[in-house]
Amino acid sequence: MSLLQVDGLTIRYGDNEVVRDLSFAIEAGESVGVVGESGSGKSQMALAVLGLLPGNAVTNGSVLLNGTEVLNASEKTLNGLRARHMALVFQDPMQALNPFVRIGAQLRVILTTHNLASGREADARVLDMLQRVGLPDPERQFRAYPHQLSGGMRQRAMIASALIAAPELLIADEPTTALDVTVQAQILELLEEIRRDTTLLLITHDLGIIAGHCERMLVLEQGRLVESGTTIDIFASPQHEHTAALIDAAPRLDRGDVLSAVAGNEVLQLCNVSVSYDERNGDSLQAVRNLSLSVSAGETVAVVGESGSGKTSLVRAALGLVPLQSGRVLFCGEELGGLVQSRPIAMRRDLQLVFQDPAGSLNPQMRVASIVDEPLLVHERGLSSEERQKQVAAMLDRVGLDASYRARFPHELSGGQAQRVAIARALILKPKVLVCDEAVAALDGSVRKEILALLGDAQKDGGLAIVFITHDLAVVRAISHRVLVMYMGRLVELADCASLYSRAQHPYTKALLDAVPTPDPAAAGGTVSLSGEVPSILSPPSGCAFHPRCRFAKDICRAELPLPRIVNGSIVACHRAEEISL
Amino acid sequence: MLRYTVLRVLGAIPTLLLVIVLAFLMVHAAPGGPFDDERVLPPEIEANIAKKYHLDEPLHRQFLRYLGGVVQGDLGPSYSYRDHTVSELIGGALPLSLHLGALAMLLSLIVGVTAGTAAALRKNTVLDRTVMALAMTGISIPVFVVAPVLVLVLAVYLQWLPAGWSGNAGGARYLLPVVSLALPQIAYIARLTRASMIDVLASDFIRTARAQGLGTIAIVRYHALKPAMLPVLSYMGPAVAAILTGSVVVEEIFGIPGLGQLFVRGALNRDYTLVLGIVIFYATLIILLNLLVDILYAVIDPRVRQR
Amino acid sequence: MMSLGSTWQRLRQNRTVMICGGLLFGVVVVACIGPLVSPNDYLQTDFDNLLSPPTVTDMQVFGTDDLGRDLFVRSMLGVRVTIVIAVVASAVSLVIGVIYGAVAGFVGGRVDAVMMRFVDTLYALPFIFFVILLMVAFERNFLLIFVAIGAINWLDMARIVRGQTLSLREREFVAAARVTGVSAPRIIFRHIAPNLMGVVIVYVTLTIPQAILVESFLSFLGLGIQEPQTSLGALVNAGVNQMEGAPWMLLIPAALLASILFCCNFLGDAMRDVFDARHTA
Repeated sequence: MSLLQVDGLTIRYGDNEVVRDLSFAIEAGESVGVVGESGSGKSQMALAVLGLLPGNAVTNGSVLLNGTEVLNASEKTLNGLRARHMALVFQDPMQALNPFVRIGAQLRVILTTHNLASGREADARVLDMLQRVGLPDPERQFRAYPHQLSGGMRQRAMIASALIAAPELLIADEPTTALDVTVQAQILELLEEIRRDTTLLLITHDLGIIAGHCERMLVLEQGRLVESGTTIDIFASPQHEHTAALIDAAPRLDRGDVLSAVAGNEVLQLCNVSVSYDERNGDSLQAVRNLSLSVSAGETVAVVGESGSGKTSLVRAALGLVPLQSGRVLFCGEELGGLVQSRPIAMRRDLQLVFQDPAGSLNPQMRVASIVDEPLLVHERGLSSEERQKQVAAMLDRVGLDASYRARFPHELSGGQAQRVAIARALILKPKVLVCDEAVAALDGSVRKEILALLGDAQKDGGLAIVFITHDLAVVRAISHRVLVMYMGRLVELADCASLYSRAQHPYTKALLDAVPTPDPAAAGGTVSLSGEVPSILSPPSGCAFHPRCRFAKDICRAELPLPRIVNGSIVACHRAEEISL
Repeated sequence: MLRYTVLRVLGAIPTLLLVIVLAFLMVHAAPGGPFDDERVLPPEIEANIAKKYHLDEPLHRQFLRYLGGVVQGDLGPSYSYRDHTVSELIGGALPLSLHLGALAMLLSLIVGVTAGTAAALRKNTVLDRTVMALAMTGISIPVFVVAPVLVLVLAVYLQWLPAGWSGNAGGARYLLPVVSLALPQIAYIARLTRASMIDVLASDFIRTARAQGLGTIAIVRYHALKPAMLPVLSYMGPAVAAILTGSVVVEEIFGIPGLGQLFVRGALNRDYTLVLGIVIFYATLIILLNLLVDILYAVIDPRVRQR
Repeated sequence: MMSLGSTWQRLRQNRTVMICGGLLFGVVVVACIGPLVSPNDYLQTDFDNLLSPPTVTDMQVFGTDDLGRDLFVRSMLGVRVTIVIAVVASAVSLVIGVIYGAVAGFVGGRVDAVMMRFVDTLYALPFIFFVILLMVAFERNFLLIFVAIGAINWLDMARIVRGQTLSLREREFVAAARVTGVSAPRIIFRHIAPNLMGVVIVYVTLTIPQAILVESFLSFLGLGIQEPQTSLGALVNAGVNQMEGAPWMLLIPAALLASILFCCNFLGDAMRDVFDARHTA
């Protein structure tokens, strides 16, 4: 008997079938990956197994756990299976843990509810579990509230709560998507340990994670199972075209050409820029410290960093959306004033931006055509309304949206379509610099590839300079000429794409590269070379901010701030760049 | 936590001061004094009265004098009850009103929270719809309509309960006034509880708790109740204000010699010092209560404490 | 959030909105036309016909009061006064609240902090007692009622509009417009205002019953509308005094007041459902 046997599972909301006729089985001891894009039904499937679908979901088929029917089972039956036989790790531990209850109490109540332990024994078991998932100082975390833990620690606590009643089947639904890259690697390592004695069903959009951690995989497309088999076989020769497309769209660090540096006029220069914010309680948060960067016409510069690195603050300051604390911003050699309001109107057309959240960056009350038209209305006052309409239509056509989209409202667009509109709005004035703030982070792999290609095309036509902010080094590998890596507001490394990806000079850059899971079961990837998490930006470590996490750190790193200098043609801020071999 | 509490307490002081200034100015900016309208008095008597009540001093002196009194619990003499000070009058009427108000508040909380939670757990069922329809009715009928209609039906027609206050004794006479005061608050609290309970039950951490195999009762007890009670807690300030307001009409309708009746009589007799004193007393009560609610809020929500 | 056009469609499809809206409209129409059609006058006393129960003769369908005045005409007058006061007072709170809230939200920073601290302080005050104090000090002044009620209700509106403006201001489409050089007035009127409409409409509908409540409360205590003018609160008060002998004098205005409040509250609730972002996702 299989541990989990799914037969003909169909989930419907009204007329909308989100999972269609899904059948598969999982044997005890296996680790199986489920991959699919948004809307593939992978999370719905997980909720169905746990019996957590909302009341308006209609299900058909059968889901057997250890031979017990789970689908449409009574709450009592389900509660007998949950925690002790099956458990679920959710995506975002900030949302999935109760902010009002201490971590220890949240775990304890699971044991007491299922009569597994009580009193001191329960406390001891909880502490033991917190220790097992690698939480430092378990006694302290036992008494802590979720908001007092860092993102990675919260996810460890979440995993501990799933494992506390020793379930046979652990389902992890995008367990690392809400985390930073280096923390993701640590959590994946923990899951790797767990799967030695627990059956794991790992749901993700990231083929790299599957490749590294699952023996077998299922590929879902729009609610259907399109392919299943061993991970090695599927990656070697995908049978279904959707699988092939997914593998093709997965960004890779180890394959494909990188762009070589371009020599053009410098259009945007940031000189010794610092940005700080005043907190409510009177503290000030130093988001960017003394950072310099110049961007040439026709060049794409990727700005890479984890949360709190200051990458977004840096470009927002350049655009004049937040005030500079010190430093200068030059555009084509001319100094730009402080905030965007005070900049000359003619200059504003040359600096445009595209945001991460495609829906949020479009006014919900305006139609697509008016959204794209607005910049023309401001800057091309001489144009007649017909001419403007013509330009809008041409622009929409260029980003791949036909005439039928012009009258739509943003809520009638998919994420990818909305992002195309945002790009059309940014490009219609033919700007010299385009800033993309995580512009593809919210999109599925295939859509992401299209949008990146669109941006690449836009650059080919003219001398457009692109500044691309991202947390993912793999995504920008194919499209950037140079890469700036930031950590806690400072420059860590600034290098040509070719040299950065082949031989990183800074231990942090190397760790970021190592942490990216490689979508290839044959290649080693996603290894942990970095412990701990990014410290609070409010109290940065002394000397080199990276030293507490750096295995090469010496006394000088703790005492002195490393200044950016040229090492092997790259700009690196590390005292020991020459001595260490990465 | 201590820092938070101290900050909150300090923050309440300017509000209190503002109340006193505003109330004082309103009364003193009024055209004509308390003794102006009825009779025309000889100038020397008028001067005497003005002197007695310090009306001949400049406004800021009067205010400082008044403020000094307020700090010591002295709200000045009453204009209409000549033998009593305002503080004495308030002190005399307060226990009865406090009694009524506390009972109404307790009733509102118990019935409101229970009904709201039940409706939320049985969302979109007959029970839920009934509770919500009743609550909507409760909100839409003002206290001064509920009270006389209840009297008309239960006391006058059916004669189950005593209609008035004086001449009756025992607990039964509390019933109608307390219920009249509580009904709209029960309705508000039930709606509030239902809405926030539904919100909380839809949150991700409740789904986690369900995934952990906790039953409904355990989920409500360990996970949902605390966060769901926060909006209700925030409503305590306005609820007390509403009950105080309600007590003004309820005491009038039932003839209860409490603070509310004293206030209305004072207002109709244009007894400035009395009305001023009661307003300041009410305001202080509500501000202190809001303060208590703020502190309780921080006790329940660990995230607030750090701010 | 969604476009206004489709919102109107959703309102049209919402049964509660249509029924309550229709009922309210009906009451207002009768209140406007009724007294014109009726042969009776709100002032005319008839001492041969005191406290007579409802009857169809002389169109005295609601009966007469203790001075023999026709209760139907007086009730309709009361409805008119009540609704006019509520609407005007809500309009006052709308104007003050929206402007105050929008300025605080749009300017932000220290200005916002100070403005909102002020609102918080006022919020803690038991306003109704201040209104009574005002009424005592300044005699019963019709205009004062508007101001007083408006002054209570603008706080909520200001808070809500400020919160919305603040979050809209931080939204990415506004940042995109600012970067492109769209002028501040155009940002306010094209990007922020249309997205505020939803909440403003909802809260105005919720403000009206509150205003009705305050006005009728004051009138009930004899501190609002004065004889021979009347409002529903004053009529209920008169009814309480006569309720043992002439229960219709209490029950009719009480029922009218309760149904108007009921419809307004239901309408406000339904509007909130329609406009609430969570329901439009």
